Amino acid sequence: MPRTPRMKVSDLANPNRFVRMSNWLIPLFAVIAVPLLAYGFYLGFQAPAERDQGTVFRIMFVHVPSAWLALSIYTMMALAALGTLVWRHPLADVAQKAAAPFGAAFALICLVTGSIWGYPTWGTFWEWDGRLTSMLVLFLIYLGIISLWRAFEEPLQAAKAVAILTLVGFINIPIVKFSVDWWSGLHQKASVFRLDGPTMHPAYLHPLLICALGFSFLFAAMLMIAMRTEITRRRVRTLTIFAAQEAR
Amino acid sequence: MTRAIFAIVKRDLALSFRAGGGAGVGVIFFLAVVMVVPFAIGPDKKLLSQIGPAILWSGALLASLLGLDRIFGADAEDGSLDLLLLAPLPLEVIAFAKAFAHWLSTGLPLVAATPLLGLLLGVETGALFAIALMLLIGTPAIAFLGLIGAALAATLPRSGMLIAVLIVPFTIPVLIFGTAATTAAIAEGLLFGTAFKLLCALLLFSLVIGPIAAAAALKIGRGT
Repeated sequence: MPRTPRMKVSDLANPNRFVRMSNWLIPLFAVIAVPLLAYGFYLGFQAPAERDQGTVFRIMFVHVPSAWLALSIYTMMALAALGTLVWRHPLADVAQKAAAPFGAAFALICLVTGSIWGYPTWGTFWEWDGRLTSMLVLFLIYLGIISLWRAFEEPLQAAKAVAILTLVGFINIPIVKFSVDWWSGLHQKASVFRLDGPTMHPAYLHPLLICALGFSFLFAAMLMIAMRTEITRRRVRTLTIFAAQEAR
Repeated sequence: MTRAIFAIVKRDLALSFRAGGGAGVGVIFFLAVVMVVPFAIGPDKKLLSQIGPAILWSGALLASLLGLDRIFGADAEDGSLDLLLLAPLPLEVIAFAKAFAHWLSTGLPLVAATPLLGLLLGVETGALFAIALMLLIGTPAIAFLGLIGAALAATLPRSGMLIAVLIVPFTIPVLIFGTAATTAAIAEGLLFGTAFKLLCALLLFSLVIGPIAAAAALKIGRGT
């Protein structure tokens, strides 16, 4: 009697299977993301105005999820880099390449919303504070990774080179996270992910977490679209090479 | 193994100091950067002597980044990199020797030129020694971090700018603690303070991580 095939993690390594799965995962993630973001923003606008800052604090519901995502996307990319170098997972570098522009975008959104928030509250658009500087460094590392991807012609060679750079750059992630504890500057200290639990009021914490979840699902959907594009791009490249060889 | 390391260092030094090596260009670039700043901000003697250490640090950083493609570029072109990869010597050791030779030929001249350029900027004579000492520790750290970028881009043509872009974010801690140590030395006369120790730690860190990551990158570049 033939056994029914069971799904394994290694099955995801097959690009065709991935593309088939993404056919229903992308709409699913998008359908989850949109109402979550809408509800999160609605709650965010319903929340009472902050005592000192008035209403400007509401930019937090974009700023903080972007910062979290910029950090977690890099962490995901570092894991994918391990997947490329250690397990030679064929989709790891596709995920890594596709994620880099999103990471850069979230880092940029975090920096821009941060300075828009900083001007009315701190009185300055920019301060060379530990958190701000290390976030800017993270943004630069993202740009370096994207440039290195574009410098190589051969995707597999690029994948391994970028994987090394990504792993070396991972050192910056704990620096960004703990920068507010190591150097006290203008930026406030962690108020959600703390050992003794969040210190933020639930009226602000709930919309924040819902927004963060919404942005995460949005990222997941966009990442899978970008990965599919990358898989197609590589297929086109291989087919073009074959066609060129046959034409000779 | 020691003899092999010395042989690599000697060869790279000879190559960089002879015609076409371009060892002196870094110092000239350093001079150019230092010369440009007074034109840009005006000949305000007081301001210049105040920001002099910072100008020297940024100039040295830029000059160090400039020549990084020379570490492996020429060797990848003429095939000697393949011979080095075949050599019965750990690749990490080869990378270390090459980065050390690169620092000797490009970094050390920068350190030597620092007191002179500091005088041009009107930095106090007492501070010149402190800046040179900090650069003596900071420039090898930059060179060994840059080694990673040089190895990643070894097989790429026209990689100079790319390497600089890749490596700048990683050199920022060196710059932060280097300038902090310099400021502490000048303002408080504290030569061996916390920032100095952290700068030394960064140097030791880069001496280890640089050759290891560079060796991994070189192996990949050659498809092994």
